[in-house]
Amino acid sequence: MLAESLFVMLGTLSVIGALGMLIARNPVSSALWLILTLFCVAGLYLTLSAEFIAVVQVLVYAGAIMVLFLFVIMLLNLGTMPTMKGVGWKKAVGFVLCVVVLTQLVLIGATGLDLLPATEVVDVANAGSATTIAKSLFTRYALAFEVIGILLLVATIGAVMLAKRRFA
Amino acid sequence: MEIALSWYLTLAAVLFAIGVAGVLLRSNLIIILMSVELMLNAVNVTLVAFSQSMGDVSGQILVFFVMSVAAAEAAIGLAIVIAIFRNKLSVDINDFNLFKW
Repeated sequence: MLAESLFVMLGTLSVIGALGMLIARNPVSSALWLILTLFCVAGLYLTLSAEFIAVVQVLVYAGAIMVLFLFVIMLLNLGTMPTMKGVGWKKAVGFVLCVVVLTQLVLIGATGLDLLPATEVVDVANAGSATTIAKSLFTRYALAFEVIGILLLVATIGAVMLAKRRFA
Repeated sequence: MEIALSWYLTLAAVLFAIGVAGVLLRSNLIIILMSVELMLNAVNVTLVAFSQSMGDVSGQILVFFVMSVAAAEAAIGLAIVIAIFRNKLSVDINDFNLFKW
């Protein structure tokens, strides 16, 4: 019962945060709404007993990435946004596409679940702990782990080079 | 697992659809990037939900990698936004018509 109410609360808050991000006029408040959503998603990971992922979510998303977004927004000084123009046909098509995507995903989630192979759940209590993840990450996925390190290094260098100075 | 898997999938679908709406409807480049992050988060929710429901830790490893790639993507994307803003003094996608015929 507690888990259900927690899920409903966190889910509602995350959807509210996402809608606020979509609707807010000021980019700074948009980013703050998205931070609310990211925290609620971290809480949802906790209800799934994925503690390590929840902590990484707060550290990486709500900590690093959103600070980067806010930093860039304030660096660019985007206080005055142009008012939204009227509803053109592009926006109407975009809205219809969103509704189609949502309907499709919900239909798949509602009807296709019994097609999943029934696997026995092993050791759910520890399935999300840092120990379990680290065992898998440093043995079976060690190569991917190293590659992702190189990717982050390349991305850092690329970001610095892109943002450093005006192109010739 | 007290909560059904389909609840998590439905919530993730709603979050993903809101992200799609953000990409398609907003014209601010930074908000589009934030919507992409929201879509990645929605997919992460489904991955963790499936991982717990099947008792397999690989889904959470994949979430870890998705977060790393999202961090790299945010850094590069924002650097590109800054570079464009230097040239155009705008982050409105309707002002960028260099590749448009």
